[in-house]
Amino acid sequence: MPETGHALTVLLAKGFGLFYLLALSVGVLIYTFWPGNGKRFDHAAKSVLRGEDRP
Amino acid sequence: MIAQLTRAEREFALLVLTLLASCGLVMAAGANDDLFALHGGLVLAFAVGLGFLVLSGLHTPEPGDSRLAEYYDDPSRAGIVLTMGWAVFGLAVGDWVAWMLAYPGLTFDAAWASFGRIRPMHTTGVIFGFGGNALIATSFHVVQRTCRTRLAGQFSPWFVLLGYNLFCLLAVSGYPLGVTQSKEYAEPEWYVDLWLCVVWVTYLVLYIRTLARRREPHIYVANWYYLAFIIVVAMLHIVNNIAMPVAWNHSRAYSAFAGVQDAMTQWWYGHNAVAFFLTAGFLGMMYYYLPVRAGRPIFSYRMSIISFWGITFLYMWAGSHHLHYTALPHWVQTLGMTFSLILLVPSWGSAANALLTLNGAWDRVRDDATLRFMMVAALFYGLTTFEGSFMAIRAVNSLSHYTDWTVGHVHAGALGWVALISFGALYSLTPALWGRARMHSSWAVEAHFWLALAGTLIYVFSMWNSGVIQGLMWRTYDAGGTLAYSFIDTVVAMHPYYVARAIGGALFLVGAAIGAWNVWMTIRGPLAATQRAGDDRPLTVLAGE
Repeated sequence: MPETGHALTVLLAKGFGLFYLLALSVGVLIYTFWPGNGKRFDHAAKSVLRGEDRP
Repeated sequence: MIAQLTRAEREFALLVLTLLASCGLVMAAGANDDLFALHGGLVLAFAVGLGFLVLSGLHTPEPGDSRLAEYYDDPSRAGIVLTMGWAVFGLAVGDWVAWMLAYPGLTFDAAWASFGRIRPMHTTGVIFGFGGNALIATSFHVVQRTCRTRLAGQFSPWFVLLGYNLFCLLAVSGYPLGVTQSKEYAEPEWYVDLWLCVVWVTYLVLYIRTLARRREPHIYVANWYYLAFIIVVAMLHIVNNIAMPVAWNHSRAYSAFAGVQDAMTQWWYGHNAVAFFLTAGFLGMMYYYLPVRAGRPIFSYRMSIISFWGITFLYMWAGSHHLHYTALPHWVQTLGMTFSLILLVPSWGSAANALLTLNGAWDRVRDDATLRFMMVAALFYGLTTFEGSFMAIRAVNSLSHYTDWTVGHVHAGALGWVALISFGALYSLTPALWGRARMHSSWAVEAHFWLALAGTLIYVFSMWNSGVIQGLMWRTYDAGGTLAYSFIDTVVAMHPYYVARAIGGALFLVGAAIGAWNVWMTIRGPLAATQRAGDDRPLTVLAGE
């Protein structure tokens, strides 16, 4: 019967937790700085300034 | 309000209100305790009252299909009025509590007015009443403008807004009577929690459906923050409030958690309530209204994305810093402390992004009190997140915990950041939604700004002083190795700061009352000559037509 209490929580937090957060950070940085996304982001940033009054 | 609903929507509203009224009636008639019966009566009265409102407009002509080519702003308008009402109520109760701490006689010997019952009325009133309504009202506005689409549905926005206010009403009316599950910021009992759950899931579905209808390829970052706020609050609310009621007709329930697990679950909830209710949602507000008001795109869109993911994934683990030096395992405390420190990066990312957006438009910050509200809010956001990371360090926490420093920290965030960004957003939103040229009185906006700033500074400085003195007195030993001060010595030393804090709070309250008056007068004022209600194009653009 595998351990399911405190020890497993510690293992998940210190093992899986570390790696998934690192992977997430790398993923976010790649998405953010992907050259192809730059134009989209610029468009989005400026889009809120176009003052239209209907959809 | 009713005239905008179709006949089918009016009938559906009546059906839902009938169901709600039946629930209230069953609660009131079958109750096992008086408090549950009273709340049943309140639900019944709320549903019947709204029912009459719907009935009064049942036979007004249906709106034409042309409405579908417009944004749907009625719920946001009602939300703004409710926001200002809750702000004045919540701040007034807060200032009462502040004076009560300086002069304990202000309980008037009434059990219902004891500190422990009045304080949650204040916290719920300001966080959920004022903050929650501001978030709902602005999120409906922002999601439509940034997605260039109308809200997905006309009934559900009203259900969310009014259902949410019923939740606030049940919560706030329960505390003086003693209905509480004693979890900070999650005081309402099980049946009120269940109701909020239904309302919140509706909110989530409405928001996602509106996003799905968007006509923009990319979802603007403000929506990411609002959506994180909605999703995570649902998650926190459900987990922390798992409880077993004594009986279906009894107001009391017992939590599923006990001991240190209960403490950890509560502060996982509590800290993420700060993170996702009081931070993520208001960052969404900031990322839309600040660039729009300044007329400049956000300084770095990329930084806003990095900050977003940083905040959503780091905050989740920071809650255990509320439990330093407790029975919680040491490594969990260290984990919370470490994540709190890393959190400074995305927090300052957002604060810097806001301030750098204004860099080059300082003349507008000087001239426009509304933009100044937002600028100072960003400053306080930066200050408070720095302070929070600092206080999460275990050694610092040994001095600050259980003292007024914590109270000062919370209010630097709640007054300086949350309230100021909300007022800034409402002052730019109100004239736009009602088609007014500007707020009724720009002097009143200016007065509100300075009262709010002065009140916040007085509050925060007095609590810093009080908290540090308190912490030092608690840990001062005399030559014999015993504590130098008794607890009552520290209470006496706090008195002047408590008076100062109450004065600061009074200034903030007066400012908000002026703001509420100004919003009301703007609503009642004349339409701008060149602008229709719902037309929120900047006046500079309209002037050029």
